[in-house]
Amino acid sequence: MNGTAPSVVVSDLVKSFGDFTAVDHISLEAYPGEVFGFLGPNGAGKSTTIRILCGLLRPTSGRATVAGIDVARQPEAVRQKIGYMSQKFSLYNDLRVIENIRFFAGMYSVPEPVLPERADWVLKMAGLEDRRSALTGTLATGWKQRLALGCAVLHRPPILFLDEPTSGVDPISRRNFWELIHLMAAEGVTVFVTTHYMDEAEYCRRLVLLYRGQIVASGSPSELKLEAMKGELLLVECEQVGKALELLQTGPGVLDAAIFGNSIHVVVTRAAEAMPGLTKYLSERSIAVSKMEPISPTLEDVFVSVTSRRGESPEEISVQ
Amino acid sequence: MLENSYAIEAHELTKEFPGVVAVNQLSFDVKPGEIFGLVGPDGAGKTTTLRMLAGVLTPNSGFAAVAGFDIVRDPEGVKNNISYMSQRFGLYDDLTVDENIRFYADIFGLSRANRERRASTLLEAAGMSPFGKRFAGKLSGGMKQKLGLVCALIHTPQVILLDEPTNGVDPVSRRDFWGILYSLLGENVAILISTSYLDETERCHRVALLHQGSLLFCDTPAELKKNLHGAVVAVVSREPRRLRDFLTGSEGVSNMVLVGDGLHLVVDDAARRVPELRMRIESANFPFDRIEEVTPTIEDLFVQAVGSESGEG
Repeated sequence: MNGTAPSVVVSDLVKSFGDFTAVDHISLEAYPGEVFGFLGPNGAGKSTTIRILCGLLRPTSGRATVAGIDVARQPEAVRQKIGYMSQKFSLYNDLRVIENIRFFAGMYSVPEPVLPERADWVLKMAGLEDRRSALTGTLATGWKQRLALGCAVLHRPPILFLDEPTSGVDPISRRNFWELIHLMAAEGVTVFVTTHYMDEAEYCRRLVLLYRGQIVASGSPSELKLEAMKGELLLVECEQVGKALELLQTGPGVLDAAIFGNSIHVVVTRAAEAMPGLTKYLSERSIAVSKMEPISPTLEDVFVSVTSRRGESPEEISVQ
Repeated sequence: MLENSYAIEAHELTKEFPGVVAVNQLSFDVKPGEIFGLVGPDGAGKTTTLRMLAGVLTPNSGFAAVAGFDIVRDPEGVKNNISYMSQRFGLYDDLTVDENIRFYADIFGLSRANRERRASTLLEAAGMSPFGKRFAGKLSGGMKQKLGLVCALIHTPQVILLDEPTNGVDPVSRRDFWGILYSLLGENVAILISTSYLDETERCHRVALLHQGSLLFCDTPAELKKNLHGAVVAVVSREPRRLRDFLTGSEGVSNMVLVGDGLHLVVDDAARRVPELRMRIESANFPFDRIEEVTPTIEDLFVQAVGSESGEG
C-alpha cells in the first residue's frame, strides 16, 4: 500500500466506562481497498471501537480519524463517510424493495437527481432488478443481505463497517456476498468486519485479534496461522478417546489438548520432537495410537491459543 | 427399550408448512454414546426436525422413535426421557445462576444430594464455578448459553437435543461447551446437536448435512469430505481478484473462491494441476506467495453439492 494514505487511523485509543477499560491503547491503520477483520470474544472491545469510529461514542483519550476526519471533533461529518450494516440487516420487511432503498437514500441524504441511478445500481448489485416491487419480508436471506449491503452504501461511503454480516447465511449466498465485498474493496472502499466467526475471518485481508481491549495479534489469515499460534498442532487418533484426552492434558510437553469427534488435537512446542514421546506415553498407558500427524491450525486454534495463554477465560471480562 | 437399539431413529420424516416442505423424507439414526450433528444454513429444516423429535411437533408423514418411544403415539414418553434445549431456552434473568439451576432441578424432580453434585460438576466444566451468585441477566451471551446447557443437563436423560446452542458464542466458550458434551458420553447418552456453523461438523462423530429440508450427506466428518469431486488448492496472493480473472477457464478448474489473502480453487486432480497452475502464474509474473493443496472444508463440499440451486431461487 505504498504511497496511499490510510483511510482509518487509530492512535492510542482508550475508552473507559467507570473503572472498566473497554478499549485499552489501541493503534491501527487501515488502507483504501483493504478488508480488515476485527476479531475477538464478546466484550473484547470490538463494538466499542467501531462505535467510536462511527462517531457515536467519544473516546476517553487518544485519537481516531476516519477519511481524514477526527471522530471526536466532527462526529456528524464522519457519518457521511461511512456505511454500516449489522447481522440484523435493519431493513423494513413491510416496505417494498425500492421503498427501502428510498428510505435509506433519504437517511444518508443522497441527492434527488442521482437517486434513480444509485437505486438501479443497488438493484443490479443485489440481483433484484426483477423484484423492485416485492415486499422485502418475502425475500430469501441471501437477497435481503445484499439489499441491506446496497442500502448501507447508497451514499458511496469510502469506509464500510460490517458487523457479523453473514452468520447463519447459506454458504452459496455467503460466497456471493463476499464476492461483492471484495468488488467494493477493489474499487477502493475500506471494509471493516467485526466477527467472532472464524469462517468470516478467513475472507479478510488483514486481521486484528482483540482481547480485553488490547490488540494481541495481527496479520493476514495465513500469517496468523503460521506465526501467532504458540506451538504446533498434532492430530491424534486412538482408542478410548476420553481417557486419552485426560492423559494427554498432562502429557509430556503438551500445552493444550481438545477433542474433535473421534480424534484429539494436541498443541505441543515442536511437533516432530513431541511425536515419539507421546506415542510411547500413550502406549505405556495401554492406549493404542492409530494415527498421529502434524496438521495446520485453523484460525480458531490460533484464537484460542492467543487468548487462553493470557490467563482466565475471556468471558470473565465480558460480564462486568 | 431393546438392548443396543438406536437412541434416535428417524425414517422418512416429513413436515410441511403452508407453501414449504420444511423437512423432506429425512432418515437417520443416532446411537447411544454418539454426538450427531444436524448441519445446515438457516431454513435447512434443523429446528423443525428437533421439534418433531422432542415430541412437540407432529410430522405429516414418516416415523421416529426417541429413547424407544414413538414421537407421535407417545410424545409424553419422549419428553420424560430427553433433555431439549431450544433456541429460546428459558432462563430467568432476575434469578442467580444457582437459583436457575435449582429451579430446573425442581422441575425434573431431582433429589438434593444428586443435584448438588451434578451442578458443581457441570459448572466446573463450563468454567462458571465462581459465578453462582450472579444474576443470569448479567451474564454475557456465551455464559448464558452455557448456563442453559447446565440447566438442561441437570437431570440425566438418555437423549439430549440441542438446537443451535453455540449460536453467537465465542470460540473459547464454544470449546467449553463441547467439553461438557464430550464429558457426558461416558454416561452413554446420545446427543443430537444442530448448528449453522459448518466448521462445527468436525467436532461431531457423525453429521447429517441438510439443505432446504433434504439430506445431502450423512457420514463421519472424514468420510464426508471424500464426497468432494476433486481437490482444493489454495493460492496465497496479494492480488486475488486479478489472479482469478487470469485463471478463469483454466483446464481442470471447476470453481474459484476469493478468500482474504488469496484464492481457493477446486480442481479435478491436484497432483497434475498444482504444477500446471504454478507454471502459468509464474510465467505471467503474477505476484503470489505459494500454491498448495489444502484439506477441503465441509463448506467446499456443501457448495459443490448444492451447486447452482442455492437458497435464492
